[in-house]
Amino acid sequence: MSTAIAKQAHAVLKNHPRDEPSALVNVLHDIQDEFRYLPEEALRLASEHLQISTAQVFGVASFFKGFHLKPRGEHICTVCMGTACHVRGAPRLLEQAERDLGISSGQTTPDLQFTIEEVNCVGACALGPLVIVDGEYNGNMTPHRLTKLVNKIQKKKGK
Amino acid sequence: MAAFKNAKQLADHRKKVVASRPENRKAIAVCAGTGCKAFGSYKLLDAFKKELKKRKLDRKVELRATGCHGFCERGPLVLFFPEGMLYQRVQVKDVEEIVKQTVVKEKVIDRLLYQDPTTGKKHKKEEDIPFYKHQARLVLKNNGLIDPTSIDDYIRIGGYNSLVKALGMGPEKVLKEVKAAKLRGRGGAGFPAGIKWETCRNTESDKRYVICNADEGDPGAFMDRSVLEGNPHSVVEGMLIGAYAIGADEGYVYVRQEYPLAVERLEIALDAARKQGLLGKNILGSGFGFDIHINRGGGAFVCGEESALIASIEGHRGVPKRRPPYPAVCGLWGKPTNINNVETWANVPPIIDRGAKWFASIGTQGSTGTKIFSLVGKVNNTGLVEVPMGMTLREIVFDIGGGIPGGKKFKAVQTGGPSGGCLPEKKLDVPVDFDTLLREGAMMGSGGMIVMDEDTCMVDLAKYFLRFLKFESCGNCTSCRDGLMRLHELLVDIAAGRGTEATIDLVEELAQVVRDTSLCALGSTAANPVLSTLRYFRDEYEAHVLKKRCPAGVCKELITFRIDPKTCNGCTLCRVRCPQEAVVGKKGQVHKIIQKKCIKCGICKDVCNQDAVIVE
Repeated sequence: MSTAIAKQAHAVLKNHPRDEPSALVNVLHDIQDEFRYLPEEALRLASEHLQISTAQVFGVASFFKGFHLKPRGEHICTVCMGTACHVRGAPRLLEQAERDLGISSGQTTPDLQFTIEEVNCVGACALGPLVIVDGEYNGNMTPHRLTKLVNKIQKKKGK
Repeated sequence: MAAFKNAKQLADHRKKVVASRPENRKAIAVCAGTGCKAFGSYKLLDAFKKELKKRKLDRKVELRATGCHGFCERGPLVLFFPEGMLYQRVQVKDVEEIVKQTVVKEKVIDRLLYQDPTTGKKHKKEEDIPFYKHQARLVLKNNGLIDPTSIDDYIRIGGYNSLVKALGMGPEKVLKEVKAAKLRGRGGAGFPAGIKWETCRNTESDKRYVICNADEGDPGAFMDRSVLEGNPHSVVEGMLIGAYAIGADEGYVYVRQEYPLAVERLEIALDAARKQGLLGKNILGSGFGFDIHINRGGGAFVCGEESALIASIEGHRGVPKRRPPYPAVCGLWGKPTNINNVETWANVPPIIDRGAKWFASIGTQGSTGTKIFSLVGKVNNTGLVEVPMGMTLREIVFDIGGGIPGGKKFKAVQTGGPSGGCLPEKKLDVPVDFDTLLREGAMMGSGGMIVMDEDTCMVDLAKYFLRFLKFESCGNCTSCRDGLMRLHELLVDIAAGRGTEATIDLVEELAQVVRDTSLCALGSTAANPVLSTLRYFRDEYEAHVLKKRCPAGVCKELITFRIDPKTCNGCTLCRVRCPQEAVVGKKGQVHKIIQKKCIKCGICKDVCNQDAVIVE
């Protein structure tokens, strides 16, 4: 087994008790916080650590929307698709993000810079429509402001 | 600080905390809920801290970061004590003036007060503002007063007193009290909490669990998030009392992963409670022991269903099981387990504190107490409102919510999330309680209340919910997994103008099949958004299939954008902003949209200052 991923994964796993199946979702969160996605190697180590089958680990990891089995971009642009955001125009924001970045929702740009994601509701409905970029909540969003925001991040990277 | 060994030590500590912070002491409370945080309240806190230090007031004036006040629309909110004055939309640049004028000279800064948009009247105090005036805050009462990261703040206002009282009453009496209060579960179905507790308690077992369901999955509802973020100890105390009555010694809080701040605040609260001996073994010398774990969800709506939630805690995929046996009999790891949601648990301490009789006197006969609603969508005062059960929709939407923005016409209110339904204008005078809403084809759900105006298309809304549910179906039952997919396809067809009258009939028939043949509540209520919109807004469906028109101007395939030559002043804004270069026209001359190129993104309509872009 390789290397860097295994080392990082071990560091995450040692904070969780062994043979404790109920820790699985928490473990997956911690692995994802570390790698921004769930590498297969880390999942195998988690299954060993918690003493649950790899099939079950994979089953849970692929069941939940919050987990990602493919590498994600450095910047995550999450469009809230909750009902309150929807009636205030969230679908238009998603389309704008897709146009600006040239990828569809759920995809990552080839340079691994941006990923567009949807979330069902983050409970900040009063600010809708809402886009979360790198953990920052941007309320009362418009397509135009979203473009500006994305451009700003891209420019920063260019420098 | 050492752990409290008995109730007296807790009471003595409370006296000390109260004495160290007299009622008339000046304090600034900045809302640090998710909404206000997004508006920059943390920067505001820093600015206040600096300014107070600069003026050497930092020891005299207390600065507090509190939980959500509910009035998210006007954030960031700042409260001043002891007066109870509220400033809204406060910016960092206002801080210096506020400290100088309001804190030192006790002068009011007029422009920061809330102004009623209808009467033009300015209000100083929170309780005078119409948004708050009509509310009855029981669970949210302390959100704006206390620092959620300080257990002393909670103890100061009488926190953990109900636990002491409960420990003195004995488990049977506590159970009797909750039953007499007729507390019903605030998570959706409204099952009587006392009966659930009793079943769990009466099931023979060596081990019992209590679970707090904080997997608030209904899009458009965020009261549980606010309670956990703003007053986590009230939930901990509720769970402690419940565990004591039921005979459980271990608890779980299952929180959505989308609520990082709630997890953080809860972790702090649990740590503090453990240190003070309010969680752990032999709590306050009573012999009763209890502790709580936090489990984060993974972003699956179905995990709000109790058997799916339990499966998820056990480390499995969140797939619901057949009930009975109910979790109260056979739940987590096969042991009797009592699950209530955040708001339900937070209602427990006040019931023990003030008695079942008092609690049952609030609300209606069948639905006692208050309910928190998240009033969102096309409404002026968005935010969290807590009202007595039985208040009418009209009072909530118009008196508290301030009506519809931009002079638009009210169309419907959607309650109960994806399992709920839409109620039209003629149902505005319906009292909001568990049973009435169900009878009208909607449901209480966890309390999302999404207001819609004439610009909302009901077909689009039904389509939205089905898309949501189709992705969230766990895949266990064919009727739900495949039925929802087909229903969504049919609605896509209708929205695109490809439907006929037969499509509507098919939608209705399929919706009923999904409802009748799915195992869990997700499937059996999934058809509600379709059936309720069909029940009250059939004409909109018919306009889509017969006239190939979307009356609200939402469904893309059925609308066109054009520029009104009479109003266009040729400012070029739409031409510049159009992502498709579909707008042509010279500066100062009337612009035109080339329909072939137009993708109907609506940006031209957004940017037009003259309201010259028409959607047909």
